[in-house]
Amino acid sequence: MRILRLGSDGVWRWLSGACVALSLLAVVALLTLVVTRGLAHFWPADIEQLTLENGQQVAGIARGSEAGEQRYFTANRDLDGRVWRWIETQAIETRETPPELLYAERRDWGPFIGRLTAVETPAGERLQGNEAERRLRQALAGNTDVTTLHLRNVEGRAAEVAFAQVASLSWPNRMTIGDKLAAWGHGVWRFLSEAPSDGNTGGGVWPAIFGTLLMVMLMSLVVTPFGVLAALYLNEVARQGPLTRLIRIAVRNLAGVPSIVYGVFGLGVFVYGLGGRIDSWFFAERLPSPTFGTGGLLWASLTLALLTLPVVIVATEEGLARVPVALREGSLALGATRFETLRRVVVPMALPSMLTGVILAVARAAGEVAPLMLVGVAKLAPEVPVDGEFPYLHLDSKFMHLGYHLFDLGFASRDAEAAMPLVFATATLLVVVIVVLNLTAIILRHHLRARHRALEHS
Amino acid sequence: MSAASFSAAETQRLSSLAVDFPSTSSCFDIEALSLAYEGKPALRDLTLRVPRHRVTAFIGPSGCGKSTLLRGLNRLHDLNDQVTRNGRIRLEGQDIHARDVDVAELRRRVGMVFQTPNPFPMSIYENVAYGMRLQGVKRKRELDEIVEWALQSAALWEEVKADLHASAWTLSGGQQQRLVIARTLAVRPDVLLLDEPASALDPISTLKIEELIRGLKSQLTLILVTHNMQQAARVSDYTAFLHAGELVEYAPTDTLFTNPRLRRTEDYITGRVG
Repeated sequence: MRILRLGSDGVWRWLSGACVALSLLAVVALLTLVVTRGLAHFWPADIEQLTLENGQQVAGIARGSEAGEQRYFTANRDLDGRVWRWIETQAIETRETPPELLYAERRDWGPFIGRLTAVETPAGERLQGNEAERRLRQALAGNTDVTTLHLRNVEGRAAEVAFAQVASLSWPNRMTIGDKLAAWGHGVWRFLSEAPSDGNTGGGVWPAIFGTLLMVMLMSLVVTPFGVLAALYLNEVARQGPLTRLIRIAVRNLAGVPSIVYGVFGLGVFVYGLGGRIDSWFFAERLPSPTFGTGGLLWASLTLALLTLPVVIVATEEGLARVPVALREGSLALGATRFETLRRVVVPMALPSMLTGVILAVARAAGEVAPLMLVGVAKLAPEVPVDGEFPYLHLDSKFMHLGYHLFDLGFASRDAEAAMPLVFATATLLVVVIVVLNLTAIILRHHLRARHRALEHS
Repeated sequence: MSAASFSAAETQRLSSLAVDFPSTSSCFDIEALSLAYEGKPALRDLTLRVPRHRVTAFIGPSGCGKSTLLRGLNRLHDLNDQVTRNGRIRLEGQDIHARDVDVAELRRRVGMVFQTPNPFPMSIYENVAYGMRLQGVKRKRELDEIVEWALQSAALWEEVKADLHASAWTLSGGQQQRLVIARTLAVRPDVLLLDEPASALDPISTLKIEELIRGLKSQLTLILVTHNMQQAARVSDYTAFLHAGELVEYAPTDTLFTNPRLRRTEDYITGRVG
């Protein structure tokens, strides 16, 4: 009989395999959870109307269950003071899906679930029943106008909503799969393209997407030349010795400094130091209200550039070190100067590594939240920092960021529970942004290295 | 080691006796050259003259300093600040370490081919045009002409003319080495240094390179470092035998291989030492 003992090949193979499997499982579970919850938020699920044992009527969308209880999203915060309810499965007498139940997203107070009783037209008419619904549908299609909707919840309590307050309205129980798919697409699009509303718990995240991308772009504009030149100096110009070794160690360790420390540094040096100086020189007339002396796009970009500098330096240095000495000597032996060799042979060969470094830096910066809270991110800044007004790009303005928005939705908003689906949706978006950036890195690297690989194999 | 030890002065006397040609026809004049890596001597007090438009071979066991000497001739050692030098090297009468010498221009005049082929990650055409572009040649016609001429001189033109824009790294090892020679020839050097140019190649490619070396001496001076004595005997006109950083014997190749003056040389070329 074979005895499995620690140290035999079989055990190690199984152990390492199990670790890989576990890691994969963790990644898959994380992505599945975030993505399914995030995307399910936009699906117009059927609205159930429940009759409970005690005669109470409840309408809501089933969202999960636990230990004999079901969780319903019941909306109507203005009427009930809450949007979620846990209901014991045994207490439910009947379940129906009445076709006339509607789901309205309002710009205040969140969604409403209930029935339409009447609509008012601009002419002062009050339409009821089927006519009201027909008119409302036309108004939603943009063909006519209504002013106010009269709604009531399943228990008969009335609510009035100005039509202008309605972000979207649908009758999910009447929708076919096709309708629902279209509505889902529309919901995702609105999420991506609209500004947040209702204390960040409604609407979309467009300013946060824009802010994240803009900040990351500005950051890479700063970090790329700095990082690449620093690496070139360290690797190509400086005399290799104890000092360069020390600098290298310092740079690598810089990558391990907690990001909040960079935030503190940015606040002290950029915001108060530089920003305060700039204000007293150029914007003195506006003091004491600060212009650059407060957090903003520029300072956030610079802080993140500092944070990601080691990534770019290390990647570039690795790329430069990989260029064979034989090629450098070949170029020099043809009468090239060191600079010409650098420009024509070394840098082109190290280009893939430089790009990889920059894109890794971008991916890191896109997900960073802590330092931004100190140097310029805002809870709500629906106006993006680029507009038609001089100087078009407003470096001093506050901006929104997906990572911070996520934190704000889930943990700092008025109704964290109601915002939970949006947390998942935003997290999905953040993951997608970073996956796209990393994929770009991989494709670029692959593309640029294809020709270099030919030599490595010959 | 059965070889007897000779004083530097004796060696020098013997070597200068062995090679006799008018000083006007010498290309490199090396005078009392010593080189050290990090204080460890690699070349000791070496004096020899390399004739113009001939093939001169440096032979000797590994670590004898033959490659070090070769790299001294185009000042590649400048890149390494651990190397210290004493003595003088003159190219066509001019001290190559003089203050007013442009190192880049010196390296253009003294081309070098390395042990392993080192084409740049560019097309065949761009590899050959590289040196010309450094010289500021931009006109397409001129570049085309030089590229064709250089590839023909390196006996590679027929094999690559169909696709000059293919990556140089798709060529075989032997073709790559001939491409590197073409690349060096394209800048019209006066001297070509070859550092064991065939040691990484198969016998057929080696043969082609050797033919090329023999054919090129009408155009320029060639200096070949090799550890292959048959190769030295086949292609060179003069041979210098180095051992432990010293020049042991320097003579016309025929003489050195058939009738070496020194026991040490004889032991090495007959394979008893080294």
